[in-house]
Order: sequence, then C-alpha cells, then structure tokens
Amino acid sequence: MAAVQWHSRGRRYEAELQRCRLEATPVDFGDYHPLKPITVTDTKSRRGARKGSTSSSSSSSSSAAPDPLSSMLDGTDPLSMFAAASAGETLCVQDLGRKRREREEEAVGSDFEPWSAKRGEILARFTTTEKLSIGSQRELLNLSQQDYANRIEELNQSLKEAWASDQKVKALKIVIQCSKLLSDTSVIQFYPSKFVLITDILDTFGRLVYERIWTMCSDPRPLPESFSADDVNDTAKETCLNWFFKIASIRELIPRLYVEAAILKCNRFLNKSGIQETLPRLTAMIRGIGDPLVAAYARAYLCRVGMEVAPHLKDSLNRNFFDLLGTFRQIQGDSVQNQLVLQRVEIPEYLTLYSPAINWILQCIAYRAPEDYINCAEIWVEFTCRHFTKREVNTVLADIIKHMTPDRAFEDAYPQLQSVIRKILTYFHDFSVLFSMERFLPFLDMFQKDSVRVEVCRSIMEVFIKHQLEPTRDPVILNAMLHICKTMHDSVNALTLEDEKRSLALLINGFIRMVSFGRDFEQQLSFCVEARATFCNLEPVLVQLIHTVNQLAMETRRVMRGSHSRKTAAFVRACAAYSFITIPSLSSIFCRLSLYLLSGQVALANQCLSQADAFLKAAVSLLPEVPRSISVEGKLRPSEGFLLDFISNFLSTLLVVPDHPEHGVLYLVRGLLNMVQDYTWEDNGDAKLRVYINALPLLAAMSQEAYLYCIPRVDSNETLYGGDPKFLSEINKLCETLIGQVLDHLKALGRDESVRRQAALAFSLFGCLLAHGDLRNNKLNQLAVNLWNLSHKHGHCDTRASVRTLEFMKHQAQQPDMAHLSDTVQRLALQSRT
Amino acid sequence: MSVTLDIRLKRANKVYREGELLAGVVVLVSKEAVQHQGISLSMEGLVNLQLSSKSVGVFEAFYNSVKPIQLISSNIEVAKAGKIPGGKTEIPFEFPLQTKGNKVLYETYHGVFVNIQYTLRCDVKRSLLAKDLSRTCEFMVHSQPQKAKVLPTPVDFSITPDTLQNIRERNLLPKFLIRGHLDATNCVISQPLTGEVVVENSQVPIKSIELQLVRVETCGCAEGYARDATEIQNIQIAEGDVCHSLSIPIYMVFPRLFTCPTLETTNFKVEFEVNIVIVLHDDHLITENFPLKLCRI
Repeated sequence: MAAVQWHSRGRRYEAELQRCRLEATPVDFGDYHPLKPITVTDTKSRRGARKGSTSSSSSSSSSAAPDPLSSMLDGTDPLSMFAAASAGETLCVQDLGRKRREREEEAVGSDFEPWSAKRGEILARFTTTEKLSIGSQRELLNLSQQDYANRIEELNQSLKEAWASDQKVKALKIVIQCSKLLSDTSVIQFYPSKFVLITDILDTFGRLVYERIWTMCSDPRPLPESFSADDVNDTAKETCLNWFFKIASIRELIPRLYVEAAILKCNRFLNKSGIQETLPRLTAMIRGIGDPLVAAYARAYLCRVGMEVAPHLKDSLNRNFFDLLGTFRQIQGDSVQNQLVLQRVEIPEYLTLYSPAINWILQCIAYRAPEDYINCAEIWVEFTCRHFTKREVNTVLADIIKHMTPDRAFEDAYPQLQSVIRKILTYFHDFSVLFSMERFLPFLDMFQKDSVRVEVCRSIMEVFIKHQLEPTRDPVILNAMLHICKTMHDSVNALTLEDEKRSLALLINGFIRMVSFGRDFEQQLSFCVEARATFCNLEPVLVQLIHTVNQLAMETRRVMRGSHSRKTAAFVRACAAYSFITIPSLSSIFCRLSLYLLSGQVALANQCLSQADAFLKAAVSLLPEVPRSISVEGKLRPSEGFLLDFISNFLSTLLVVPDHPEHGVLYLVRGLLNMVQDYTWEDNGDAKLRVYINALPLLAAMSQEAYLYCIPRVDSNETLYGGDPKFLSEINKLCETLIGQVLDHLKALGRDESVRRQAALAFSLFGCLLAHGDLRNNKLNQLAVNLWNLSHKHGHCDTRASVRTLEFMKHQAQQPDMAHLSDTVQRLALQSRT
Repeated sequence: MSVTLDIRLKRANKVYREGELLAGVVVLVSKEAVQHQGISLSMEGLVNLQLSSKSVGVFEAFYNSVKPIQLISSNIEVAKAGKIPGGKTEIPFEFPLQTKGNKVLYETYHGVFVNIQYTLRCDVKRSLLAKDLSRTCEFMVHSQPQKAKVLPTPVDFSITPDTLQNIRERNLLPKFLIRGHLDATNCVISQPLTGEVVVENSQVPIKSIELQLVRVETCGCAEGYARDATEIQNIQIAEGDVCHSLSIPIYMVFPRLFTCPTLETTNFKVEFEVNIVIVLHDDHLITENFPLKLCRI
C-alpha cells in the first residue's frame, strides 16, 4: 500500500470545549447530589428518611473516612486471630512458669528481709521510761523497761524448762499468759517493743510444738523436708490435733489467736489444706479486736507466721491489709482518743506506733509481688488517666517501671503492660501531652519481646492516625514517633509477611503525612532525607516520601506563584534530585515508571527542564525491562494492560515537554516509539499497534498552532518551533510511518484469518483518523472509508458503537469546516451480514 | 523390783464405734520375771447420773433410784496363773463392741450430771506378799452416723433493747443494734459452729462478745426429773470497742468429750445451747440464746 500522507485536523480547543460542556446548574444548599460531601445530621431520629440523612441543615461533617485497609487490620483477620491464638499459648507457658515458681515460693528466699532484722530496730526505737506491769498482779507494777524485758525473758526460760520437763500444760499456760499481755495497751509507746518480746516467746513455743510432733514421726526414719500429712503417723496426728483442740478452747480472744498462729505450721502434720484454711479464718478473727493498734500488730504477727510457712498465700496478706485500712477509722473513735488523753500521747506519736506493723505487712504483701502489683496498677492507671493530669499518670508509669524492671518482671506481664498503654491511649489523644510524659518512652522500653513491642507501637500509631488531625512539627512528637516508627520498621526481616510489611508501612505513612514544617521547606526535605534512611526497608514508605517531596516542590511553586527565586529554584532541583535517586531503589517496575513520570511532571512544572528530561528518559530506558507478566495481589497477570495505560499517560505528558536542544526533533517521542518497537510484546497481540495508534493523537496535538495545554513559564515545542513547516513535516512523516505500520499489520491479520482483531484494530484507527485527521484530504478520507469497511467486513463490529459513530459524524458535520463529514457518512455502510 | 502395767489400744485416738473390734495389747515391763495368779481384762460402758444438790431436796424420793446404767460389759482372762519373763511382754487382746438385746452404745460424754464413759481395766493378781497390779484406760465411743440428712437450719438474729426479755429497767438500757446469724443450729459435732455478728451501732462501747456453750442435762424417771444448764466453755470472739458495721466471725469448735450428739433417752437427756453474750462497757450483759441440735455424721 502506498504511504499515506498525514494531515492533522486543525483544532480550536477552547471553542470545542465550550460546545461540549453541559449547561451548569447550581445545586441548592439542601439538594441531594452524589458528589456533595456526606453530612450526617441525626441518624437516630431520622433513620427512615433517607433523604434526611444526606441533607445538611446542621452539620457535623465526617471529613475523614476510615481507611478501609487499616480497618481491615482491626484484629478480625485470620492472621491476627492466629497471632492471638499463639499469644494464648504463651499464656499457658507462663502458667507453667507460675506453677513452678509456686513450688519455689513455699519458703521465702534470701530476698525477703527477715523479722530478725527488724526486731532490734523496733526495740531500740519504741522505748519508755514509764513503769510497766505484767498481768493484773499489783505487785508486778513499777517495772522499768529493762526489768520488764528481763521478766519476759524469765518467762521464756520457764517455758523452755516446763517443756523440757514434759509439763506441756504449764508451757501452754505460760504462753497464754504472755499473749494476754498483748491485749494490754497501757504504756502504749512501749507496745511495739512489747510485741517483739512476747512474740519471741510465741515463736519459741511454736517451734517447740512443731519439733515435738516432728520427732514423734522420726521412727523409723526422719520425715523428709517436704513431707505430707500422709507421712505422719496416727499418734503424732492425735497429739497435734490435741493441741489444736486445747487452743480452740482458750477463753480469751487474743491469746487464742496468737497461740493458734504460733503453731500454724503444725497444720502440715494434719492435712494439706490446713494452713490455707486457717489463715483466712484467723485473719477474720482479728476483726474481733477492738483496739486498732492491738489488731494491727496481731495482723503483723499473722502475716509473719503466714510468710514463714506459705508465702504464696497472698490473699490473706491482702485481706489483712484491707481490713487494716477498713478499721483505721477506729483511731478517731472515742475509745482510742480517751486512752490517748489518759496516757498523754499525741496523735502523731501514736500513729508512729503503727509503722513497724504496717511496714511488715506491706513488706510481706510486696514480696515477689510484681504480678499482683501489675494487676492493680493496670486498674489504677485508668483511674489516674480519667481523673488526673499527665503528671500523675507519669508518676504511675514511673512506679510501674520501678516495680517491673527488677528481675525483668515485665516479661511475665506483657498483657497487663499493653493494657496500661491502651488505657493511656484511650484518655490521651494529644500526642504532645502524651510524649511529654517523661516516662512514656522508657515505659515502652519494657516491651522487649519483638512481637509485643511492634504490636504496642502499632496500637500507638493507630491512635495517632485516628486522632492527630492537624499536621505537626512538634519536636517532641516527631522524635517519639520516629522512635516508634523505627521500632516497627526495624522489626521487618526476611521472614516478614508481605501483608505485615504493608500494614506497617501504612502506619508509618500515616505518620509521615502528618509531619509538616509549614513554610520551612528545607526542614521538611531534610526530614524526608532522614526518614528515607530510617525506613529504607519498606518500599511503600519510600513511595510516600517521594510523593511528599514532590508535593513539597509543588507547594514551593504555589508559594512562589510559579516564579522561583534562585534559592527556591535550587530547592526544587534538590527535591527532584531526592526523587531521582530514591526511585531506583524501588523494586516494583510500574511504581518506578509512574514515579518517574510524576516526578518528571513535577520537575517540568517547576521549570527544571533537564531534571524533567532525565526523569522521562529514565522512564523510557526502563520500558524494555517491563516483564511480560507481573504479580498482582499474589497472582501473575499479563502486564500489557498496565503498560499500555502507562504509555498513553506518558504520551500525553510529552505534548508539553520541549525538545532537548542537543537532541533532534521529537527526541523523546521517537525514543519511546523505538522502545515500543523493540519491546517483546505478547505474541498474537496488537498492543504495539495500539501504542502507535495512541501516538497519533499526540502528534496531531503537537502540530496545532496553539496547544491543548501548556505549563506556565515553560516553553513547549509550540513556542520553540512556532509552527515551523519542517517540524510539521517531521510530525507528518512520523504519523505516516505509524499508519504504515498499522496498515501492514492489518494486512498480516487478514492473512492469518484473525479477522476479529483486524476489525477491532481497523475501527480503532478509523476512530483516530476521524478525531485527529483532516478528512478533507481525499486520500485520508478514502483511507478512513476503507478502514470502516474493513472493520465491518466480517461482521465483528459492535453495531451500537458503529451507530453512535455515525451519529457523532452527522453531529460533527454541522460544525464549521466539518461539512465534508456528511459526504463521508454517506459512504459508510453499517454492518453487512453476509 | 518394779513392774509396770499398761494398756495400749491400736487406735491412737482411742475412738471406736459400736460393732467394731476394740483391739490392743497389755504391756508388762519388768526387769525380772514376775509371778502372778492370773491376768484379766474387763471392759465396761456406764452411764452415771447424778442429781444436782438443788434438785436433791425436791426429788429425794427417787434419789436412790438413780443408779448407773450399764451399756456394755465384758470380761476375759488374758493369762492363767504363771510367770511372766523379765523384759517387755505384750499380750494382745480383742473385744467386739457388741451390745446385748436392744441396748445402744451412747457416745462418750463427760458432763456434770450425766457421764457416759467406757473403760478397759486390766488386773494382775499376785500372791499375798505382792500387791495386785491394776490399770484402767478410757476409750471413746462415737455413736453411729446419723442416717437422715442434716438440715443446717441457719438462724438470723437482731438484738436491740426492744428484743430483750428479763430486764428490769428497759429505759436505762443504752441503745444498740447487733445483728448476725448462725450458719447452722443443727450442727455436725465434728465441725465448728460458725456465723457472723455485726455491731451496727452501740451507744456504749462494747467490752466483749462471747460464745457460751451450755449443756442442758435432764435426769429423771416416772416420779419426776431434774434439769440443769451449766457452762461447758466460754469463747471470746470480740474484745474491746470493736469496729461498727464490720462483721466479726462466730467460730467455736465443739470440745471433745464434753459434747456429744444431742441425746434423749427414757432416763436422761443431754442437750446443748449456745449463748451469744454481749458485755457492754458499763457491764450491761446482753444474752441471746440458741438451742442447738448436735449430731454425728
């Protein structure tokens, strides 16, 4: 076929646009329009009225629609469920650990300060010069403190003697008599010391009874340390039981309590649960002691013997403490007040009398108590968050850190620590406040298990993205968030799933989008430089950073109203350089292509011609590398469609790219077409020819006197060549070559019996000629008619498209200079069904 | 020359039930051989009834008729006259605890006017020159478990000046409200009496709250009867001006020997009661009485 001469149709874009526009009708305020932002007024009261839900009489506009991707990650997807299940397993493992520890806790370790270390201190501190008495015997009045101590020691000795001479009843009587002294609060300043002296005797008694029963079981061989009641013979059991029956019948409350507490350990001879059942009972029994000081010391003693035999039974320790608090009001009561007046003791001094008892109870409770502690702290933190300020919350955090750091206790408390974070995040949405809590980041440092740490960071980020509505440059927020994002980023390794990476990147992007240094563009750019280094393993973050920098360049342009100063020009070139060196590190080829194109457009918009040229050239050079198939959502798909889209997009940009002075006319267009020609397209496909057909509109647009669009302050070829005939003939030549290629291909298709493809391609070229060719030219007109006929020859044409085309032509024919189309229409027959 | 005689029961707690085998050994320890005229063992269960002095006058008529009731009695010869070698000699024995006729082995009970006691007695008869040896040993009998299910029948109480009886000048009483409950008035003897008492308010401080366990023994026959209530034990459960509105546990272990399942026979009765005794600081004494029914399961 003879070469076809190309003639572009002349266009008056403005006039065409005006003609094509629909008449604009303004939408009234209350009218429904699908593109108006949705405003919800009151969903409850107007549930039935659909129209009402979109009207906007009063408006609380939902500006930020939730991100469907991030909402997908709310924990219901199978992966999170899987993760949750494995968290459950770790809990089981922790349970095992706990059981093991319980065995270890049957005796207190060396990390528990023993009573013996306290008693000397108490005796030295609580002294008196008042005269003391033992029992109710008048003759024993007027003992000095030293005499008193000596008398107690004598009783201690006579206890041992009575025991040694098998006078068990006498021994018990001595102990009861001594315990009775503890209900006496005269000379109250001395009470703590009295407690120390008398409980020494009780300890002796407890030990004697225990050892006696122990030796009863030594035949034939001594009991093992970890004996159970089954190892104890009946005689020993009977003896033990006898002691308990005797003690149960002691008339007075305080001796009965103290003496039973003293032999608490003997429950081991009787049954397994004895101690566990006795401790709560004795704890409750103390409620019967009216004097708060006497009760407090009784609690201290019970905690003391309890700790010795069953430190793991925390409930009774706690119960004692809470009962102590519950009865503290007794101090204000008349009985105590009258007594203090009588003894001339001031309240402050009186209160110090409690300190050894309370100190001891708390020491018992706090012993290896991080687990109990954290369970409380977890609740308290919510109270603090709700009712106090960041200062108090910070104090709680500091306290938690202090408690959970020793022995890496935090390792067993991740769920509770996470809950602490969640609660804080529920109440503190202002991140500048949140991060100004000094202990917040140190608190995060306790999450040392990777998966947990990332999960925590993730939860913080989710709240940030949801609640940080204003962009920020607050250095406190930025530092903290960078730290958190870096933690998430650094968790990525070769084994990280793609989904996980994507969701982490999404969160980090959410942060990057919220960073704004306002007019301080350079700072923003250097932030992006830093972020690029920090997040180099997450491609979606790099993509976001490139977008951010491009946006920064455009923002600079806007601020400068399109006219850059020397300084801003250098800055936007730096932005271009940033993108240019970042793009190659991305692995997705279409990502790189579209970013090259986009960055090229941005560079062009900022009058960075050589940078734009470099971007576009890089894109063109990249084309041969596009694989025939790419992975989309995990499935291999042919890349052709994506490539065609990209090239069309690219072509439309080329209209405004001026030719490089050192290269020939239409350098980039030719370069692109060469790449298209050399590219290994799908066999049995027409993609290459489609690109050629798509290039025709560009070439036609380039040959116009005034271009459809241009970039302010950038001279495009329109200005460079000013309609130079040489330029136009270059364009025409190129068009002719392209049409020639298409026609050759159509012929080849005819030979291959691929008439359906032939028809489609022919129709598409026809459409292109109709839109962009000057059909007043006879040859071109004839070619168009031939293509029409070819496309309809085998009945593979879409009749509706044909009919619409004819109607369009008839419509066009009424436009000025288009009358010739009515003749053409006459020559176009509709589908011939042969 | 000294000989010691002892009876050792197989069971360390010496507790047996009707139908069981009372088993043990007679232990003789002597440096030298001992000549004897026979060793015998006797087992006996007796109910001793005694009338209180205040009743004696009134019911003198039947004073004499109150004689011990034998529940069980048995004799065996452990060894015929002979010689026991020097050293330690153990002679095992067994008594089946079987009653004759329709007699029942009541539970061991040490009371004031009623005593139910079971003893083992070992006698070693010797020649005229040496003293006879004798040893007694008490063993305990627990009555057969009650077959019917024990319904605890808890009881709530609330004590105010208005609920009191037997007071002389009601208007002189200070105001108070003491509430509480007993978890059971039908009590299992091997389990403690439990409950709670709360001093809701009291105009005068509390001095003490006590649980007084009381036995009520009735001896009698067709001619009449004597009924006496005496204290078994008194257990203080609160001392001093206790915290108001705070529940204080009621807890008392039933003492062994001194309590038994509530018993009612044609000749005597043994019943129990508990008094909750509240002593106010001005020495007002407030008592609330609760009859108990004890049983063994």
